[in-house]
Amino acid sequence: MFKWIHRFGSPPVVYRLCSLFSPWLGVAAAACLLAGLWLGLVVAPPDYEQGESYRIIYVHVPAAWMSMFVYVSMAVSSAVFLIWRLKVADVAAAAMAPIGAAFTAVALLTGSLWGKPMWGTWWVWDARLTSELLLLFLYLGYMALRGALADPAGASTSAGARSAAILAVVGIVNIPIIHYSVEWWNTLHQPSTITRMDKPAMHISMLRPLLLMAAGAQLLFFYNLTVRLRSGLLQREARARWVRDLADKHAT
Amino acid sequence: MTPRRRQRLILVALMLAGVGIAVTFGVTAFRENLMLFHSPADVAAGAVEPGRSFRVGGMVVDGSVQRDQQSLAVSFDLTDHAEVVTVTYDGILPDLFREGQGIVAMGSLDDSGVFVASEVLAKHDENYMPPEVADALERAGRMPGTESTFERATSVDP
Repeated sequence: MFKWIHRFGSPPVVYRLCSLFSPWLGVAAAACLLAGLWLGLVVAPPDYEQGESYRIIYVHVPAAWMSMFVYVSMAVSSAVFLIWRLKVADVAAAAMAPIGAAFTAVALLTGSLWGKPMWGTWWVWDARLTSELLLLFLYLGYMALRGALADPAGASTSAGARSAAILAVVGIVNIPIIHYSVEWWNTLHQPSTITRMDKPAMHISMLRPLLLMAAGAQLLFFYNLTVRLRSGLLQREARARWVRDLADKHAT
Repeated sequence: MTPRRRQRLILVALMLAGVGIAVTFGVTAFRENLMLFHSPADVAAGAVEPGRSFRVGGMVVDGSVQRDQQSLAVSFDLTDHAEVVTVTYDGILPDLFREGQGIVAMGSLDDSGVFVASEVLAKHDENYMPPEVADALERAGRMPGTESTFERATSVDP
């Protein structure tokens, strides 16, 4: 298994894999998101209680799920980097942070827009909203820490990379708090509709577009990751032989 | 796995366990403060003294809403199916406010035990369905309500 990690941890191999999958992921993400948006915003029926305004979940829920999924990926990647000192894992974690922060910001903003008409307030300091805001600060803190202690050469041995990785690993304790906040405490935010033990509390005609949007968001993340990973690897490995070979090939 | 890597693996695991335990303790200790609202049962048990500002959450009791004809003043009862708190409010209610709906109100108790609200928020439940399905469920008397949310809320009382 560790041999496997090292083989797939080699920057040129990862770069080639990313270049191979990137266009397919982009096309698949666009297809899922466009179909999901059309089905969700046009075809799906209105809600019995909220009318049309519930449709914001087609953006809000996938973004919120991804904000947590990306964080877990970033933390696992950072742990792999800390333990095996795998350069690719560090580049991957750094590439994920802005994507995750964007998903988190979208989840917070769309939630706020929905909260005003439905709850009667833009924001309330309940456990779910506060822990999600903390997640945004964890992403921003990770990026700031990396940036503040960055080595001009961008080497993975730099103090910035290591301290940011420790922050990412430690911050994962926030993820179960976000997920279970609506069960552990009284919150204004409603409990889970889909990710719960019981069957989803949502009619199938509304659920299908939501799952399609979730798949689209997932693909969008992987597409963004491949794009950012490629440029991250080129930057980090600018002096390496394989990058020079690649540049020569493009020049001719 | 080389000894160095194993050492780092143990270090990362210990770090995570340490922070995890610390956060668990912290969160348990501040359990009360992390609750957004108190239930009517808490209020009846005297968890909050009159005059102190807090939030109360529960279901609006059917038939309890009384509106003043001249102003925006409204009064209604909130219940968690254990106790009832009477709430008075003078302001605009959110769209989702209705009898049988989950509500979270911010305010304080006056001397007679009536909750004077300065803000009323609607608590939406986790059920989504088209209107026709809701009608069918209503006719069959199997409409899922917000009760479950507040039953859960009261079951975690200290």
